[in-house]
Amino acid sequence: MDLLKYAESQLMVKQSIPDFKAGDTVTISYKIKEGDKERVQQFTGVVIQRKGVGNVKTFTVRKISNGVGVERIFPLYSTFIESITVDKRGEVRRAKLFYLRGAIGKKAKIDELKGADIVAAQEPELAEK
Amino acid sequence: MSGILGKKIGMTNMFDVSGRYIACTVIEAGPCVVTQVKTTDKDGYNSVQLGFGERKEKHTTSPQMGHFKKAGTTPKKKVVEFRDFDGEEKKMGDVVTLDIFTEGEYVDVIGTSKGKGFQGVVKRHHFSGVGGATHGQHDRQRAGGSMGASSYPSHVFKGKRMPGRMGGDRVKARNLEVMKLIKDKNLLVVKGSVPGASGSFVIIHK
Repeated sequence: MDLLKYAESQLMVKQSIPDFKAGDTVTISYKIKEGDKERVQQFTGVVIQRKGVGNVKTFTVRKISNGVGVERIFPLYSTFIESITVDKRGEVRRAKLFYLRGAIGKKAKIDELKGADIVAAQEPELAEK
Repeated sequence: MSGILGKKIGMTNMFDVSGRYIACTVIEAGPCVVTQVKTTDKDGYNSVQLGFGERKEKHTTSPQMGHFKKAGTTPKKKVVEFRDFDGEEKKMGDVVTLDIFTEGEYVDVIGTSKGKGFQGVVKRHHFSGVGGATHGQHDRQRAGGSMGASSYPSHVFKGKRMPGRMGGDRVKARNLEVMKLIKDKNLLVVKGSVPGASGSFVIIHK
């Protein structure tokens, strides 16, 4: 298992990823290739889950766009992610917020975590080791 | 042909040059020791025998001990012969490492697939089963169906695909791209999956 961890640390491109978890509102700047042109798209929403181990971590962001729920799954270490910024810390009682999918009105609201500082971007976990 | 012996470590993902997310397998490949060299003059064909992995002396028979001693090496767990080994001529005791590979080239990986036990024809031979779940049918969804014709030929042909032991076979995965070589730990990263469980023994052909 240690050899696998070592290999993963060698295969990963070092990036700075801020500390965030389910319930937080984040903005992802995602690079999109159109032909030979490249542009950056913003996606803002609530993180409803983080999953995976090692290099295979992903997170899901949910937002309501024109009254329709939209979810996007991003690989955490994707080279297409230009930046992740944490806009708001949410106070939630579970790690996976799938209940948001069926929730409307007040039930779909996430309270802001009191006394939380927005921590600046940190070195990724794997790079630290 | 040239190659090396190794151990499957496990699977992970990586991003390639264009940013695509790719599943890949990490293999601990080598270093291997040349334990015997066969030549056309002496043995009728050219080959190189490689040994990989340490084995305890108390688990090695004395004829095997003699064989390894001749090559000037410790007892090895696995010994495999490669016919017509490429590259410069090998001598007994030479070490073969990952250096024979380059990133971007294609290799074949041979392993022993995971054992599945006694399985029916739907899983083992991809039969589709018989009929549907409704219209009065029952107990037929995973059945093999007809075994053949009736009074002629009056027997079931040899080789008819039937239930039985599945898995545990020698399987070769062909044309896997070498994604990365991590030489300080003898790690080879190939694109896609490799037959067998993590920790199992594999042969890598170039």
